Amino acid sequence: MSSGPPIIKFTSVTKSWQRSSGGLQKVSFAADKGEFVFLTGPSGAGKSTILRLCYMDELPSAGEVRVSGTSSLNAKRIEVSALRRKLGIVFQDFRLLEDRTAWANVAFALEVTGTQPKAIPSRVQKVLERVGLSPKMQAMPSELSGGEQQRVAIARALVNDPFVLLADEPTGNLDDRASRAVFQLLRDINASGTAVMMATHDLDLVRSSGFRSLELNKGVLVYDSADAPLPEREH
Amino acid sequence: MRLALREVWTAFRRAPGLGVLSVFTIAFSLFAFGLFGLVAYNTRLALERLEERVEIRAYVTEGTEADAVAAAVGDVRAFPEVASVTYVTPEAALTKARTEMAEFQDVFEPEFLPASLEVRLRPGMRTPERVQAVSERLKAYAFVDDVRYGEEWVKKFHSMRRAATAAGIVLGIAFALAAMIIIGSTIRTSVLARSREIGIMRLVGATDGFIRAPFLIDGLLKGLIGGTLAVALMWVTRAALTATVFAFQFFPTPALLLGIVVGAVIGLLGSAVSVGRQLKRV
Repeated sequence: MSSGPPIIKFTSVTKSWQRSSGGLQKVSFAADKGEFVFLTGPSGAGKSTILRLCYMDELPSAGEVRVSGTSSLNAKRIEVSALRRKLGIVFQDFRLLEDRTAWANVAFALEVTGTQPKAIPSRVQKVLERVGLSPKMQAMPSELSGGEQQRVAIARALVNDPFVLLADEPTGNLDDRASRAVFQLLRDINASGTAVMMATHDLDLVRSSGFRSLELNKGVLVYDSADAPLPEREH
Repeated sequence: MRLALREVWTAFRRAPGLGVLSVFTIAFSLFAFGLFGLVAYNTRLALERLEERVEIRAYVTEGTEADAVAAAVGDVRAFPEVASVTYVTPEAALTKARTEMAEFQDVFEPEFLPASLEVRLRPGMRTPERVQAVSERLKAYAFVDDVRYGEEWVKKFHSMRRAATAAGIVLGIAFALAAMIIIGSTIRTSVLARSREIGIMRLVGATDGFIRAPFLIDGLLKGLIGGTLAVALMWVTRAALTATVFAFQFFPTPALLLGIVVGAVIGLLGSAVSVGRQLKRV
C-alpha cells in the first residue's frame, strides 16, 4: 500500500437519476496507488456506477469524487479529457473499433491524445507484446476470440501508461479459461505498479485473489474487506 | 490535421454508401433550391426587360419652335428619375411606325403623327407614382399637348412584379428551410453511425475539439462536393431547358460560387450541430 494520498476518493457520494432507479447512496471509500480493488455485488448494485463516476462519465448527485486530484465538484470537460488520458478503461463488451486491426485500435488511443506519430509504433508493439497479442496485431477484432479482443482492449487501456485501470466486468463475456488468463494479465499489470479497480460477479475469483473488495447492495456500500475479513457469503 | 483527414477517409471507406448518399442528398437539396433560384432569377430578368419598356411620351403641339423643345429636353434630362430623352420628329415617328407595323405602312400619313419627346426612366424609378409624377411635370410645359405612358399597364405590371417578389421570397425561404432540414438529417445520420467511435474517443481522453475536427472536415467536404454537384446539375438542366423551352440565363459566376460556399457552410454547420449534440451524450 502507498503512503501517499489516495488516487480515488469517494466522499459520501450519492447518485440518482430522475428516470431510472438504482444509483448510489452515500458511498465513501478511498483507493491507494498500486492497489487492486474488487467491486462486487448483484446486478444493479452500483458497481458500474462507481466506475463511471471514477472516469467522470457521470457526476455525483451529492458528495464528491476525487480522482488523481480532479474533483467532480469543479471538473471542466477539458479536465475530464485530461483525466481519462491517465486512466485505462476496460469493458465487458470490449468496445473495439470493428473496422480496424488490433494494432490500429491500440494506436488510436495514442493518436487521439496527441502522441508524437514517431513514438506510436514502438509503444503499440510493446503493449501488444505485454498482453501476449503481438502475433495477431494485424488481425481484425472479428478474427479474434473474446479473450483476445479483451486483451486488445486492455492493451488500448494500458498504452497511455495509466495510474489506474478501471475494468467493468472484463471477464463477463469470457469462458473460464479466457477469464483466468485475462485476470492473470490484470494481476501482472497491478504487480507492475498500476492500480486496478475491477467490477465482477465472480466471488471465487475475489476470495482466491486475496485483494481488497468492496461489496455493494442496492447502491449502498455494505462491506469493505479493508475493514474486516471477507465473510463467507453467496449471492 | 493529417489524422483528422485520415479519419474522414476511414469513415468514408467504412460506409461509402452513406457518404455518397450524404453528398447526393446535399446536392439534390441544393439543386432543388437552385432550380427555384434559376426560375426566380430568369423571371426577374424577364420582368426587368419588360420594365425597360416603360416610357413616357410627351406629344409636342404642332408649330412649336425647335429651340423651345431643345431647351426643354435639357431640363427634362436633368430630372432625377430620367435616364434619357429623345426628341422624335414627325418624320422619324413615321419611319418608325412604318417599320414596326409594316402591314399598316400605307395608313400612316406624315401629318398623322406629331413630334414627341420619348422619355425613359432610370431603373427603380419606374413605379406608377414616379411615372405619374414625371408625367405631371411634363404636362406643365406649354408646348406639350398630351402625355401618354400606359397608366393601367404600368400599374398592373408593378403589382405583378411585387407579387412575383413576395412569392419568390416566401418560396425561397421554404425551399431553403427544406434543404437545410434534409441536409441536417443526413449529416445527423452519418454522425449517429459513428457514435460508437465518438464514445471510444471520449473514453480514451480525446478532447471535444479533436473529436469534432474530422466531422467538421467531413461536413465541409460533403457540402463542397454537394454544392459543386448541384451547380453542375443546374447547368445541365439549364442547357436542356434552353434547348427545348426557351433561352434561360444561368447564374453569374459570383452567385455560383456563393452557392458552393453555402453548400459548404451548411455541411459545416450541420456537422457542428450534430456532433455537438452527440458529444453532450458521451
